[in-house]
Amino acid sequence: MDALLSNLPQVLDGFWSTIRLTVMSAICSLILGTVLATMRVAPTPVLRGAGTFYVNALRNTPLTLVLLFCSLGISNVLQLNFSDEPSMNGYWFAILGLSAYTSAFVCEAIRSGINTVPLGQAEAARAVGLTFLQSLRLIILPQAFRRVVGPLGSVLVALTKNTTVVIVAGYTEAAFVMNEMIYEGSGTVGIFLGFALGFVILTLPTGFFFTWLAKRLAVGQ
Amino acid sequence: MSSSATAVLFDAPGPRARLRNNILTLVGVIIILGVAYFVWARFSEAGQFDSKLWTPFLDPGVWQGMILPGLVGTLSAAALSIVLALLCGAVFGLGRLSDHWWIRWPSGVVVEFFRAIPVLLMIFFAQAGAFELFGYTMPAFTAVVIGLTLYNGSVLAEVFKAGILAVPKGQSEAAYSLGLRKGGVLRLILLPQAVTAMMPAIVSQMVVALKDSALGYIISYEDLLNTGFRQLPNNFGNLVPAAIVISLVYIVLNLALTYLATALERRSRRSRKSTAKPVSLAAVTGGTSTGE
Repeated sequence: MDALLSNLPQVLDGFWSTIRLTVMSAICSLILGTVLATMRVAPTPVLRGAGTFYVNALRNTPLTLVLLFCSLGISNVLQLNFSDEPSMNGYWFAILGLSAYTSAFVCEAIRSGINTVPLGQAEAARAVGLTFLQSLRLIILPQAFRRVVGPLGSVLVALTKNTTVVIVAGYTEAAFVMNEMIYEGSGTVGIFLGFALGFVILTLPTGFFFTWLAKRLAVGQ
Repeated sequence: MSSSATAVLFDAPGPRARLRNNILTLVGVIIILGVAYFVWARFSEAGQFDSKLWTPFLDPGVWQGMILPGLVGTLSAAALSIVLALLCGAVFGLGRLSDHWWIRWPSGVVVEFFRAIPVLLMIFFAQAGAFELFGYTMPAFTAVVIGLTLYNGSVLAEVFKAGILAVPKGQSEAAYSLGLRKGGVLRLILLPQAVTAMMPAIVSQMVVALKDSALGYIISYEDLLNTGFRQLPNNFGNLVPAAIVISLVYIVLNLALTYLATALERRSRRSRKSTAKPVSLAAVTGGTSTGE
């Protein structure tokens, strides 16, 4: 415990990085995931196929490989970089990898939300003469989003935990700080419990909040 | 799958809609070709299409010497952890349904704790803690298995709980009225039906365990990622081709497991051996099976 207190600034810095990574990747993957979900329900086979390809590829690849590919493959081999400053570059590559991976899960959550809207709703919307976009905007999506809140919440919790894998891209966040502190030999049990508590504080309330929100927004069937 | 999604949203297209769809297709094709060209141009600029980078994958020696041993490492870590996780899941899942608060509460705390913290933290701690507390240098394999077991075990505990709760109440009421005791009802009536209902969720969780085993790379466990993405490129300097081939191996394995899960779900939905509806992982964890 002493080690945690004496290194408090580093610990808090680590968790601050975790939070920043989580929030930025959550925003990016929500945008990309919504685009992918739209593609996967679009009336054009080409877009549907491209969306399915992306989701199947990213969802079934380990995040470790995705992040390693970003930092080693894209940055080192293909020489595509965000910024000349290494820490900024690492930060954006971490976000790129996390968002690329998470957006596949966001897409599936949204798509399954659209699929749970009863067929009769869409048929009724078409019967009263609404166009595709109108029925999507007025009938389907408002119902789908309510059902998606719960699943999106658990994607967010998973994303928070997944930020630890960024360690392979060499960006400093909570897991990196914990590993360093253990490596310096300032104890293990206390440090582990401290960092575990940090993640419990980050993930449990998020999970409870989204469960509560999903229940509150649920529509009676 | 897509046909059910699309059936919700639109009617059979008329002439105007067909025109619009064709335009959309054209735009889609142009964008996809643009992305493909960008990737291709970058690859060829960095010389990634050189045959000497790709020929190692045609060499059986590379597969026998590196990729397959790594694959065995990945599969053995994932398989052992899913078996142990099933045991953990059964213990804590049933614990959460116990009639005694002093069993129910600790089980709940354990399950929520290990679901809330990252697997990587557990792996780091397993290795470092074993050394500090017992002076034992833990092999990377053991650390990976411990981390995966604790996380997947706590998810499977929720699956067990949901599976048993999915058996209609009348089943256990009928069993009690026949004179069976708590243990008998659980063993003879609830568990056999629950296991059938849980199979799809368990197989889906295998996908998570398989992907998470790649975390072993970080502590230098000899898994597929390590042999295929560290040792292989170190020998041939073909990082990008290696990434593509290795991810294909993962994707094929995981798609096969996902296919199996869907088939099992369809079968258990039809099955008359169980009165319980199949439990899907998404319903239990409140979302998609998002492993690391």
